[in-house]
Amino acid sequence: MNGERREHYLNVNYGVRSWLLTTDHKRIAWLYLVSITFFFFVGGFFATMIRLELLTPQGDLVQSETYNKLFTMHGVTMVFFFLIPAIPAVLGNFLIPMMIGARDLAFPRLNLASWYIFIVGGLFTLAASAAGGVDTGWTFYTPYSSIYSNTHVALTVVGIFVTGFSSILTGLNFIVTIHKMRAPGLTWFRLPLFVWSHYATSVIFILGTPVLAITLVLVGLERIFGLGIFDPARGGDPVLFQHLFWFYSHPAVYIMILPAMGVVSELIAGFSRKRIFGYTFVAFASLAIAVIGFLVWGHHMFVSGQSVHAGLVFSLLSFLVAIPSAIKVFNWTATLYKGSISYDAPMLYGLGFIGVFTIGGLTGLFLATLGFDVHVHDTYFVVAHFHYIMVGGSVMAYLGGIHYWWPKMTGRIYPEIWARLAALIVFLGFNLTFFPQFVLGYLGMPRRYHIYPPEFQVLNVMSSAGASILAVGYVLPLVYLIWSLRYGAVAGKNPWGARGLEWETGSPPPTNNFDTTPRVTAGAYAYEKEPGEVYSFGKTAHV
Amino acid sequence: MSDAAAVQQHQFDDLEQQHEAAWIGMWIFIATEVMFFGGMFTGYIFYRSAYAQGFAGASNRLDVWLGAINTAVLIGSSFTMALAVHGAETNKRKLLVNGLLLTILLGSVFLGIKFFEYHHKFEEHLVPGSSFRFEGPLARPAEIFFSFYFAMTGMHALHMVIGIGMLSVLVFQARRGRYSAAYFTPVEITGLYWHFVDIVWIFLFPLLYLVGRHL
Ligand code: HEM
Ligand SMILES: [Cu+2]
Repeated sequence: MNGERREHYLNVNYGVRSWLLTTDHKRIAWLYLVSITFFFFVGGFFATMIRLELLTPQGDLVQSETYNKLFTMHGVTMVFFFLIPAIPAVLGNFLIPMMIGARDLAFPRLNLASWYIFIVGGLFTLAASAAGGVDTGWTFYTPYSSIYSNTHVALTVVGIFVTGFSSILTGLNFIVTIHKMRAPGLTWFRLPLFVWSHYATSVIFILGTPVLAITLVLVGLERIFGLGIFDPARGGDPVLFQHLFWFYSHPAVYIMILPAMGVVSELIAGFSRKRIFGYTFVAFASLAIAVIGFLVWGHHMFVSGQSVHAGLVFSLLSFLVAIPSAIKVFNWTATLYKGSISYDAPMLYGLGFIGVFTIGGLTGLFLATLGFDVHVHDTYFVVAHFHYIMVGGSVMAYLGGIHYWWPKMTGRIYPEIWARLAALIVFLGFNLTFFPQFVLGYLGMPRRYHIYPPEFQVLNVMSSAGASILAVGYVLPLVYLIWSLRYGAVAGKNPWGARGLEWETGSPPPTNNFDTTPRVTAGAYAYEKEPGEVYSFGKTAHV
Repeated sequence: MSDAAAVQQHQFDDLEQQHEAAWIGMWIFIATEVMFFGGMFTGYIFYRSAYAQGFAGASNRLDVWLGAINTAVLIGSSFTMALAVHGAETNKRKLLVNGLLLTILLGSVFLGIKFFEYHHKFEEHLVPGSSFRFEGPLARPAEIFFSFYFAMTGMHALHMVIGIGMLSVLVFQARRGRYSAAYFTPVEITGLYWHFVDIVWIFLFPLLYLVGRHL
């Protein structure tokens, strides 16, 4: 301080080149943050069009062909270019090396390459939208996608294929880093739960993404060269596509939620000043979710004509996967019990997450029940279920995490009042948007139609109204966070008084994260101790 | 001699940590590759059991001898690759460079033979698509067989091409004395990759060329 300028990762050098060629994990996190925010608003634009069309029972805004493209582009952009990379690529990249006391990820250049791969994939997909879009739905079911659709399937599929490598390489980088680069004294069971959840997520990245990649390659080859692998007219089997697709895409839904759970563990511990209750259970629950998640894909195919026995097995296994999720919810609740809770904006998001995730998870159990699923399959009930998890859960946790670590990333504090207001608006808008969809689905409104019987209009209007409130909740943080970059109060190194290695270095941190090697003497969330009893900083200087 | 400080990257504490990280990294990458090829193997086995006859008939149209020669060529290339790694380990730069060059040569022979086979299939109208011709009632399963044949061997060949590219970079760097007994991690992990690609072929060969053949 005292007038002297402190050097940190943001001001070591300036200029576009220094950003585009950086290998600093913290700067790469920013590259992702900016690009992902862009994709979020692109996806949001398509969502707005969908909700506008559904204000009235007739198809008066767009034709059915356009509508098909809108929900497809919405799903593709949101799933592959926002939800999957959001928390791992932004918060994971920024925090994992710091949380484990390392100078960087194990492979910094690979990390930068991952971002470029992501961008190239994104450009392909944007090009496909610009050229007229795709109408297959984000699930690309064959043979429609491989033979019949007259839209830009190949281009989109290439984009997603390319982006997949970005996920794979990020996962690889995280696993190696977590294995090999932990600071002295930081044993596995002293790691923050954020790190555990990213470890589990990386396992899915590594084992799931390649299967999606090859499946999309086969779809692409079928389109371009006329192979007959999924085309029933040539002896191929479209259900094989569904198996391969969901083998990835069911675990992929956990890619979207596990990192969110990691964020929420940090928020709950930080704002109730307590150790997470049942730490080891929560850590292993992440791994259990990752593993069991690979065994339940068939619950997306109950009505595909698979055998009843397969249906029963998949139904049973799906119930199993709810157990580790429930363990987490119970342990967070137990942590809150008798904690000294402060309701800052990140915590509001954290609590909101627990609420909506519980609803989303419970309705998942409904869907996993074979008989009930046959009734609501491909209705708005399913749409509501996965939006509760993915938009309510993941996006809320992502926002909570961004707020929590914003002072670390930028060295500035955001305006708390506005942030709390935004969190409330998001929560209200979200529930108003998606709760009516459970009812709509239960009453029989199918998904992916742009017209509907007039008796569904009231609920649809509620949903569209909620969506506009939600939109306000999403734009607000964009405004005040950017505002805070310039006018926000200067953050100390630990504005929340939290425990965690990332809070023991400057805000913003220096390029090498720590000036001297940290040494860890206690587990994560040691709120009963003073920071000095938890971390010590050795003599050996880096650089 | 390469000096340790020059090859150690800033994020690692020492060369050993760096070596182990690269090693685990390559193993994890191979795990993703197993899943990648696993998707195709699953599809292949699925149809093989659904259309046993058609697949057997179609696989009879592959040239076992070319496949067998290629298998031998690849096993030979794994051997020369191992020699190259050994050369690096024992500071024999000549053995390292020659081992790498031989591996590249054998890899190219493999690709040449593969190209010849592809060309032959093209002439026989066995490439799936509108020009596909296969006599008899089993034409449809046969087309699926050849879809998998081209997808799987094509992906495998692509991996070979990438491997040859990596080996070429290594030759270049080895000549300039970048590798020695003190530091040869890139040679080692490229070797790992190369052996993996060979092993994939060891599975592809019987699955595509041999199973269910009437010799
Ligand atoms: C925890 C995070 C979860 C996420 C992110 C998630 C996400 C999703 C998504 C995206 C879909 C829709 C796929 C489509 O477009 O068709 C879906 C459907 C489904 N989910 Fe979940 N889900 C989660 C948890 C669960 C749980 C715990 C269960 C069961 C215990 C479950 C059971 C189902 C079933 C059965 C369907 C298929 C419904 C149908 O199409 O008929 N989900 N989920
Ligand atoms: Cu699922």
